[in-house]
Amino acid sequence: MKPPAFAYHDPQTVEEACQLMSTLDNARLLAGGQSMMPMLNMRFVMPDHLVDLGRVSALSAIEERPGALRIGAMTRQRDLEYSPLVRARCPLLADAIQWVGHRQTRNRGTIGGSLCQLDPSAELPSVCAALDATLTVQSARGTRTLAFADFPAGYMTPSIEPDELLTHVELPDWPAGHGHGFVEFARRHGDYAVVLAAALLAVDAAGRITRASVTLGGIGPAPVRVGAVEQALVGQVASATLFRGATEACRSIEAMEDVHAPASYRQQLAVVMSRRALEAALASIGSPASSTGAAAH
Amino acid sequence: MDSTLSRAIALKVNGKAVQATVDVRHTLADFLRHQLELTGTHLGCEHGVCGACTVLVDGRSTRGCLMLAVQANGREVTTVEGIAAADGALHPLQQAFMDLHGLQCGFCTPGMLTTLVELLNDNPDPSEAEVRVAISGNLCRCTGYQAIVDATLAAAKSMRGAAVAGSTR
Repeated sequence: MKPPAFAYHDPQTVEEACQLMSTLDNARLLAGGQSMMPMLNMRFVMPDHLVDLGRVSALSAIEERPGALRIGAMTRQRDLEYSPLVRARCPLLADAIQWVGHRQTRNRGTIGGSLCQLDPSAELPSVCAALDATLTVQSARGTRTLAFADFPAGYMTPSIEPDELLTHVELPDWPAGHGHGFVEFARRHGDYAVVLAAALLAVDAAGRITRASVTLGGIGPAPVRVGAVEQALVGQVASATLFRGATEACRSIEAMEDVHAPASYRQQLAVVMSRRALEAALASIGSPASSTGAAAH
Repeated sequence: MDSTLSRAIALKVNGKAVQATVDVRHTLADFLRHQLELTGTHLGCEHGVCGACTVLVDGRSTRGCLMLAVQANGREVTTVEGIAAADGALHPLQQAFMDLHGLQCGFCTPGMLTTLVELLNDNPDPSEAEVRVAISGNLCRCTGYQAIVDATLAAAKSMRGAAVAGSTR
C-alpha cells in the first residue's frame, strides 16, 4: 500500500506542464490526488513519471466572465464550497459541492481532477452536464474547447489525449432567480452516490417553465441528461403533479448494475431523485442563495 | 541527487522548522512517522477511507496518506502531537475526549482530533449534525461515535466560554 517508484515533476506553468506531458513516456498528471493517490498506493496505476499540477498557480482561480463563471482546473473543492461568487452565480454547484467526499478530501481535491477521473457517481461531472459546461484543454500542440456533452468517451474515460490537460471549466449563467436542486442517495454521507439528480428550472411570471435541465448521475457510465423529462416540462406550469408524471420517463433509462444496487433499483431511484431535485428547484426559485440541503437522507 | 527521485524539502511541523531529504514516492504520513518519528499520525487503510492519518496542512485537514511528502515543501503541518499548548496543557478537544470517553482504543483519535480542530476553527458553534458530517470521513470501530460527538460539542462550548472570558478581560 505504498506508491510505486516514479520520477516527480512539479512544473510552475501550464506551458511547462504541457511540455512535460508531450515528451515524457507513461506520464500521469497529479491534480488534488484524492483519487490518483489511492490508485498509486494500491498500484492500480504505475506511471514512470508523475507531473504534479499543484504548483501551477494560474490554474486555481474562480473568475467572473460575461455570462459565465470560469473556474481553473486546479481550484480546490474547498475553495468552491466557501466561495460567495459560486453561491451567488452558480448555486447548483454550491449545493452539489457539499456532497463531494469529505471535508479532508475537499481540502485537496480539485474540480479538474474530479472531471478527468469522471466517476459516473461523482457530483461535479453531473453539475457540468446540467449546466452545459464548456471545457478548455491544452497541450503543446495547442488549445481547444469542448462541450461537456462531448467530454465523456466512455466509463471513467474523458475524451482528452494523454498529452493534454484540462485547464478551465466555464459554467454558463442561468437567469437570476432560477431554481436549482441537487439531491443524492448514498449509503453513507461522503460515499459515492448510488444515484444523484441535479435540476435547474426557469419560469416566467405566470409560473410556466421556460427552460429545464434534469441530469442523473450514477445510473449510466457518464452523467445522463434526461431530455424526455426536460421536454415534458417546458411550456407547462410547474407543480408537484407535473413533476410526478414527467419523471416516470426516468424508469426506462438503461441503468448500471453493481455490488451496491441492481439496475431496477437505480431506475426507481432515478424517478424519485429527479422528482425531488425538481421539487427542490421549484422551492428555490427567486432565492438564488438558498440551499437545498440534505434532502436525500 | 536526481531531483526527480528525491528532494530536499523545508517545512514547518508543529511550529518547528524542519529540513529533510525525501523520496518523492513517500507519502506525507510515512514521512512524519518514519523520518520525523511522529508516530501519533496513524495509518489505517492507506487509500483515503479511514481518516486516521488526517493532519492539518496550512490549517486544513488533509489525508496524510493521499499527499506526497514532497508536496508539503514550504507548508505548515500540524499533527496530533502539535495540538496541545506549548506548556503541555491539553487542547479543549483532547480534554473533552478524556472526560467524556471520546476514545477507547485510540487508533482513530489523531484523525478525529485534527479534523475537529479545523471544524471548530471554522465553526465555533456547530450543531450535532454538523459535527457528524465533519467526522463522516473518519472511521471509529469502538465508540459508535456518540461519545466523540458529545465531547466535541462540550469542547466547542468550553472554547466559546474561554473566548468570551478572554474578550471581557
